[in-house]
Amino acid sequence: MSSISVPGAVPVPESRKERENYLNIQHTVASWLLTLDHKRIAILYLLGITFMFAIGGAAAAGIRIALVRPHDTFFSNEVYNKLFSIHGIVMVFFFLVPSIPAVFGNFALPLMIGARDVAFPRLNLLSWYLYMTGSFLMLLAIIFGGVDTGWTFYTPYSSVYSDTNVSLVIFGVFIAGFSSIATGVNFLVTIHKMRAPGMTWFRMPLFVWAMYATSIIMILGTPVVAITLFLVAMERIFGFCVFNPVCGGDPLLFEHLFWFYSHPAVYIMILPSMGVVSEVIACFSRKRIFGYEFVGFSSLAIALLGFLVWGHHMFVTGESMYSGMVFSLLSFLIAVPSAIKVFNWSATLYKGNIWLSAPMIYALGFIGLFTIGGLTGLYLASLAVDVHLNMTYFVVAHFHYVMVGGAIFGFMAALHFWWPKMTGRLYPESWAKLAALIMFIGFNLTFFPQFILGYLGMPRRYHYYLPEYQAWNILSSAGASVLAVGYIIPFCYLLWSLFKGAPAGDNPWGAVGLEWTISSPPPSHNYDEVPIVTWEAYDYEPVIQAELAGAAVGHPLMTTEEPYIKETE
Amino acid sequence: MSTVELEHPTFAPQHVGHQFEELDQQNDAYIVGIWIFLVTEIMFFGALFLALTIYRYNYATAFEEAHNALNWKLGMLNTFILLTSSFFMAMAVRAKTLDHRSETKMWLGLTLLCAFGFLTVKYFEYSAEIREHHFPGPTFRWEAPSRANVEANTPLIQMSEAPKGIAGLGNYTPQPIEHHAHQLFFSLYFIMTGLHGLHVLVGILVLGCLWVLIAVKHPAVEDYIPLEIGGIYWHFVDIVWIFLYPLVYLIGRQ
Amino acid sequence: MELPVIPPAASTFADEVDHIFYTLVGLTIFFTALVFCLLIVFVVRYHRGSKANRANRSFGNLPMELTWSIIPGIIGLVIFAWSARPYAEAYNPPADAQEILVIGKRWMWHLQHADSGIRENNELHIPVGKAIKLTMISQDVIHGFYVPAFRVKRDCLPGYYNTVWFIPTKVGKYPFYCTEYCGTNHSKMGGFVYVMTPADYLQWKENGGNLEVAHREIAAERGYDLFNKYGCANCHASEDGVHGPTLNGLYGSKVVLQNGQTVTVDDNFIRQSIVNPDSVRVAGYPPLMQAYSVGDGPGQLSEEEILELIAYIKSLGGQNLRTLKTTSSSTQPSKGAGGK
Repeated sequence: MSSISVPGAVPVPESRKERENYLNIQHTVASWLLTLDHKRIAILYLLGITFMFAIGGAAAAGIRIALVRPHDTFFSNEVYNKLFSIHGIVMVFFFLVPSIPAVFGNFALPLMIGARDVAFPRLNLLSWYLYMTGSFLMLLAIIFGGVDTGWTFYTPYSSVYSDTNVSLVIFGVFIAGFSSIATGVNFLVTIHKMRAPGMTWFRMPLFVWAMYATSIIMILGTPVVAITLFLVAMERIFGFCVFNPVCGGDPLLFEHLFWFYSHPAVYIMILPSMGVVSEVIACFSRKRIFGYEFVGFSSLAIALLGFLVWGHHMFVTGESMYSGMVFSLLSFLIAVPSAIKVFNWSATLYKGNIWLSAPMIYALGFIGLFTIGGLTGLYLASLAVDVHLNMTYFVVAHFHYVMVGGAIFGFMAALHFWWPKMTGRLYPESWAKLAALIMFIGFNLTFFPQFILGYLGMPRRYHYYLPEYQAWNILSSAGASVLAVGYIIPFCYLLWSLFKGAPAGDNPWGAVGLEWTISSPPPSHNYDEVPIVTWEAYDYEPVIQAELAGAAVGHPLMTTEEPYIKETE
Repeated sequence: MSTVELEHPTFAPQHVGHQFEELDQQNDAYIVGIWIFLVTEIMFFGALFLALTIYRYNYATAFEEAHNALNWKLGMLNTFILLTSSFFMAMAVRAKTLDHRSETKMWLGLTLLCAFGFLTVKYFEYSAEIREHHFPGPTFRWEAPSRANVEANTPLIQMSEAPKGIAGLGNYTPQPIEHHAHQLFFSLYFIMTGLHGLHVLVGILVLGCLWVLIAVKHPAVEDYIPLEIGGIYWHFVDIVWIFLYPLVYLIGRQ
Repeated sequence: MELPVIPPAASTFADEVDHIFYTLVGLTIFFTALVFCLLIVFVVRYHRGSKANRANRSFGNLPMELTWSIIPGIIGLVIFAWSARPYAEAYNPPADAQEILVIGKRWMWHLQHADSGIRENNELHIPVGKAIKLTMISQDVIHGFYVPAFRVKRDCLPGYYNTVWFIPTKVGKYPFYCTEYCGTNHSKMGGFVYVMTPADYLQWKENGGNLEVAHREIAAERGYDLFNKYGCANCHASEDGVHGPTLNGLYGSKVVLQNGQTVTVDDNFIRQSIVNPDSVRVAGYPPLMQAYSVGDGPGQLSEEEILELIAYIKSLGGQNLRTLKTTSSSTQPSKGAGGK
């Protein structure tokens, strides 16, 4: 009994344990490094981004350790400046941007639409190599002494004054950007051209809508930041004149070009998580997402509106007050589609049959924390208040609420939700719930005090600060150590589950979706026969009715090899 | 997948990826894919065009002077070369759809020849500009005479006007090291034409590979779509130049 | 350990910003509580196995969608408009605003008062209740000037003048920071704004502003070196007053001269004592002190050195040290508003 960690899940009979799947079909290193299978590429990405997350996390640990004291800290100014720069660059470009799209988009998207792979498998593999090359260059830069420009690379500091490895980092980010573009192209074509027969746009899972919207942002925004950073590198390496004011350049032009990508980039980071939350909330409420069309369209709205608000990062640069007003207005409007999602998810829970599994806890955590993070964004959209809060810890707290409380909680939800499908193993549920709780507590302890620090006026990227801010900083650092524990626990038990976890069946969650109709792990070619879709997305009605009538877990209409409804004990 | 040569090309079995159900789906996917890729290229070059436009607006005089130093005749020659190459490319794709292999090779070869010609002309252009010390960076020198009606000491770089009442009181007023924005112009010129040239080079590689594959009758190019995709890319490279040449070389020319 | 939550509000903008801020806090609490409650209540009520009524499940409701789209939208628009006004106002300084030129460079701030020419480093002395306009530029990279207590911030750009203005409303000492990352000592690049009463400010201005104070701190050390170098210590270092009057606590006190006159020891008096000691000899002391000639030649004291000696002597303590007038009838006690 101890090996069955998910209540109600059907134990897998021996005869099915060693069925051929995408993991065991070939074991050589070459078969992994030259794979064209989107599922293997997803695993490769998972390894890469986990490693980069550890690097970024180490830098974060350094930051919080340093900030325990207002001065005379463990690090010199130079080292501290490098720590926050590395933390930001690695976390944004090498973890958050790829995370859900490259891992779960790659793994689940083709399965969810009934396809055998993405449209361009070789391009997919290339995108992974581009990501690894970019990461490698970033690691080289760290080894050679790091970079201290901040992840925003403002000129002329980055292009003229900094004496750290700026160009190397820029090339790493540049190449990783092409990985992003390749993924975006692949997903757009896949969604357009490779949906199973009968799967209309409005029968697609909302995760697919989210990946579509994310891909639009990736292809429109990434090239702009690529060329902008390229210009900085040219100025730096060859002494070209682009942003340096002493030869006529305009540092604010850099800011406009940079933020034109980097604001939509934050929607690249959050939209996939929102897609995951839709999947998880629907599954564990046993209910179709309330307002499906609104949630789907809101993803597109966020993607498009996201390109119109970049100026809200520049309210205090002295830009025209009229442009400030336009950007502020649009920034308030972009809160609306996010609010639509939050309310629709909440309404989905109403009269559902809720299973509080680990993915569900993460998804619910997402909704709560994203609400706070999103609302605090309104402070920053608000012109007069932003004058006070801009470039303070309030901004830091805001974006960590949406990026960690939002994007990372969504990532963890996805990881737990699709882990059985990806690995054929169940993770230990109690540990997972405990870790989610620890992560939630640690996260709030770390970042809530930073709202207060920001309002008090403590600027960000500050190594030294006034002694009166120390108490909140200590609290934040204490929270960070709790948060770190929250990250380490899943790493441990997920790794453990690969060897000792109970085998998962095709559909341990009783979820509705094409990916749950095939084996866990799936075969390399996904579907023996391409399904013909005649049902709506999230058709949980049969499931919930069965459950309310006493069945444990299962969806009787999605036929698998074995009948799935287990008698309750 | 066996490849059987038949008389009528449309019935010939083609190489279809495992992820696709049928050839049409594959072809559609590739065409949609290349067009989306072109959108990314538009954003890529678009940012550069934007920077050029903004700086041109701010430094109209300096930019005008600087671009008079460009060799518009060689630029015009390159424009004709590229336009012609696009024609050759279109003919090559047409020949491929009709499955006339040697004709395809000929047109494709002519396209490649034009591409090499473009890069050759570029080589001469760049060499001259480098000799004249117009390559941006530490070697840059602007020595061409100013126009008669521009005063010698009028700064051609706008540093912000000190507000009244402050000027003279502060011991710091912003001074650019150079008073002319010509290096700014040449930086953008070299970056834009250089990146475009890089795209021509990539085009040579891609079209060259296609040429070889067609020559050896590789199954991947049995269908005309790969060449069509190469063609779409090549036409895009041409279009970028069509925008680049007038904006950089021609506008405002005396 | 301190646990501050609310920063001081010391400008006209601060009050407006705080009102909007607290409204947003209220909205945040409301909507967060709403969402958290909905989630918790629904999860508990509809947890599987519960006997709640799940009949008539619905999957969409247009009026609800419109409600929860339009209402947040309207709230957002209201906040936008409310916040845009002070922002726009900050772009329009009054014509009579007192102007201060600010130059940021790695890693210090140099400020110059336009009207009086007084220069300050990493400090700003301003009068309360008067509009102050900062005109800012950077000598190198982008910096930012931020006074949390005023809720005022503006980037300091290279090659381009940016302005911002405010009216301070409370006397006090408020930190200001560099708020755009600029390299190694970014977090040390700041200082204090001293908001003074108009009277104090006037006094401060008339006495050359920071000059006196700065002089006193660095100058005093140089003065000490000179004090020893030129032999003053031989007679004036001891405290018994045998060879020469002790200088401890001398400054600002009243002394009786040889000719019976009672004078206050101020800067002029000290200068006279150095360059023409006999003319101001204190009663009871023989005429032993040599006169020091003023000039740049060897053995001569320059005016700057005299000032430094005076600074040193001031550092030995005395009365009315904050009184900066140089007339001998000075008796005004200082009010030390927002000073060191």
